[in-house]
Amino acid sequence: MKRIILVTILLVSLVGLVFGAGAAESAKPAAAGVSDVSFWTFQDLHLAFYEKMAKLWNEQNPDRQINFVGEVLPYEDMHTKLLVSLQAGTGAPDIVDIEIAKYPNFLKGNIQLAPLNDVIDPVREKFVTSRLDIYSKDGKNYGLPFHVGAMVIYYNMEILKAAGVDPYKIKTWDDYMVAGKQVKEKTGKPMTTLEVTEQWSFWPLIAQQGSDFLDKDGNVILDNDTNVKTLQMLKDMLNSGIAIAAPGGFHHAEEYYGFMNDSGAASLWMPMWYMNRFTDYMPDLKGKMLILPMPKFSTGTRSAGMGGTGTSVTLQARDLKLAKDFLMFAKGSKEGNLLIWTDLGFDPPRWDVWDDPTMNQPNKFTDFYLNEDIFGMLLEIKDEILGVNIKEKLPAVIDRVKSSVMIQALQQQNRTPAQALKEAADLSR
Amino acid sequence: MRVAPYVFILPFILSFLIFYLYPILSTFVMSFQQVYPGQVEFIGWTNYGKLNNPEFKVALQNSARYTVYTIALLIPIPLLLAVLLNIGNRKLNSLYRSILYVPSLVSIVVAGTIMRLLLASSSKSIVNTIAAVFGAEPRQWLLGGPTQAMLLLLILALWRWVGVNIIYFLSGLQNIPEELYEAADIDGASGLQKLWRITIPLLKRTTIFVTTISIFGGFAMFEESFILWAGKPSPNNVGLTIVGHLYNKGFQEGEMGMASAIGIVLLIIVFTLSVSLLKIFSFFAEEGKR
Repeated sequence: MKRIILVTILLVSLVGLVFGAGAAESAKPAAAGVSDVSFWTFQDLHLAFYEKMAKLWNEQNPDRQINFVGEVLPYEDMHTKLLVSLQAGTGAPDIVDIEIAKYPNFLKGNIQLAPLNDVIDPVREKFVTSRLDIYSKDGKNYGLPFHVGAMVIYYNMEILKAAGVDPYKIKTWDDYMVAGKQVKEKTGKPMTTLEVTEQWSFWPLIAQQGSDFLDKDGNVILDNDTNVKTLQMLKDMLNSGIAIAAPGGFHHAEEYYGFMNDSGAASLWMPMWYMNRFTDYMPDLKGKMLILPMPKFSTGTRSAGMGGTGTSVTLQARDLKLAKDFLMFAKGSKEGNLLIWTDLGFDPPRWDVWDDPTMNQPNKFTDFYLNEDIFGMLLEIKDEILGVNIKEKLPAVIDRVKSSVMIQALQQQNRTPAQALKEAADLSR
Repeated sequence: MRVAPYVFILPFILSFLIFYLYPILSTFVMSFQQVYPGQVEFIGWTNYGKLNNPEFKVALQNSARYTVYTIALLIPIPLLLAVLLNIGNRKLNSLYRSILYVPSLVSIVVAGTIMRLLLASSSKSIVNTIAAVFGAEPRQWLLGGPTQAMLLLLILALWRWVGVNIIYFLSGLQNIPEELYEAADIDGASGLQKLWRITIPLLKRTTIFVTTISIFGGFAMFEESFILWAGKPSPNNVGLTIVGHLYNKGFQEGEMGMASAIGIVLLIIVFTLSVSLLKIFSFFAEEGKR
């Protein structure tokens, strides 16, 4: 009998050991009347923003207090963890940041994100709607954008002055090439750097011309004529010395920041959200950089909306209504959109704040850049910010653009642009 | 009275059932499904049919080459080092042993990150600085072709695993009876003859074991290449392995069913290779004789 009791105790404690560890973690009740709202992101700057907005929410909503618990995870880990917990039906946070290249994965099957139409509708016309569309499927909006991601070009005025180039006179890509040659001759420095392991040097240029990786229905059009010509143009830029391959392969590499910080190249085209990379990682360029609209092709526009992060509410949210309302307050309210500019340096997705006096007040970005009125420039190109098609095949296509197309056509040059694009497109179809 | 033994093995049985058997079975089922969040559908052999694509072939080739090369390097080198460590000065040997073993204690993430920074493409990175001393131009080491990429992966594997295999071989060496060497000495055998005629044949079981785990390790390699290229796809897929392809399909593209099919194929490859290896070296027969 004693033995049986002993065995039972042993068994119970074993089971307790296995399952108890998990239980202890979640047993942290919120204070009475305060609801927990959990949040995952891959970017600590985003978390700081939401925390500020949660504080503001609690001040303005005394009867609907929240206890905002945010967590920053590495980019890949966070998306993997989210995918698995949505598939498993348990373990996902209430609110989550999903990066645009990953977003289509979450629009497959029975979508496990909550439609936000009811909270967006009242202010829908204040948004740059193409940015709402990228996180949507079948007329339902699942994510709120952080920014417009307008493509711009960053000029290093110190180098341009030394070469005698006036960036305001660069209107078309042809002008840009001429200026590039002049910079190369006079200063020995390249006009720009091209990403050979990412898509940001290529995608915006085809988007400017109304082309894309996928068409509106999600079919692969990676190898169309416009794309081939554009990639050929990049290749010519490299071969003529106007451009060099970005050190480290892409514009977010550690060695790239070092290279640019030493005034390595005269210009760089990236979206507006790249502004804080200069302020945070290339401090020596302070007072040297000027932001201007992109040069144009003979047909097309001066910008395109690129990149982004959609914030969504998962269907596993403890209080769906509260999570949606808070998210809309954070990213969709005027206060939130102003904070998106002052704290994050992003071009806020609600255009009705672009001419708000706050946007012209000095902050670390206005201090850093030579522009007198960054948003004046943005308002000027507001109607030229073309969107891109974010459909199911996008993650696979982007993966191939990164891993083969750019490397083969630009870095190793063992395929012509047409061959590289066709091979990747055929694989993705 | 008879309950106790079962209780003691219960933790193992439970963890085996929950964490090994169940996932394997469910992977097998999932390989015939299209698995999307909240929606699961049986689609027959479609996932296996989709494996006939160039990326899977590249992954398979890379993994196979990596496995063959690691076996070719990680058997003879540790074996020779183990033999040397077994004969020299005892005090110094334990020092060398620790030095060689330490790398395997370093997390692959740390090792990979350090290696990535050493090989950074800027002219100020350590490897490029050293290269500059010899008059070489700075290179984009990680953006090179397949041979260079494989070389980097092998260097990382060698640095990390030599110590572990030395330990296996050392323990094997200690099981060889001294008398055999003494008898060989009396017969006038040279050192090389002793190595060739006594040490290597009697280390057969250890060698088979090390080869088998090297096959597992080689085909399961993922972290090294994932970290070396900072989680991004490697240029021209030079670092794409089967597990990397599985990861891409499952987590980058959200095709869990397809990823499961890749996993099952990997399981079959590794299983077939290991069993054939053991058959070739008549491992089972020996086992039966005992």
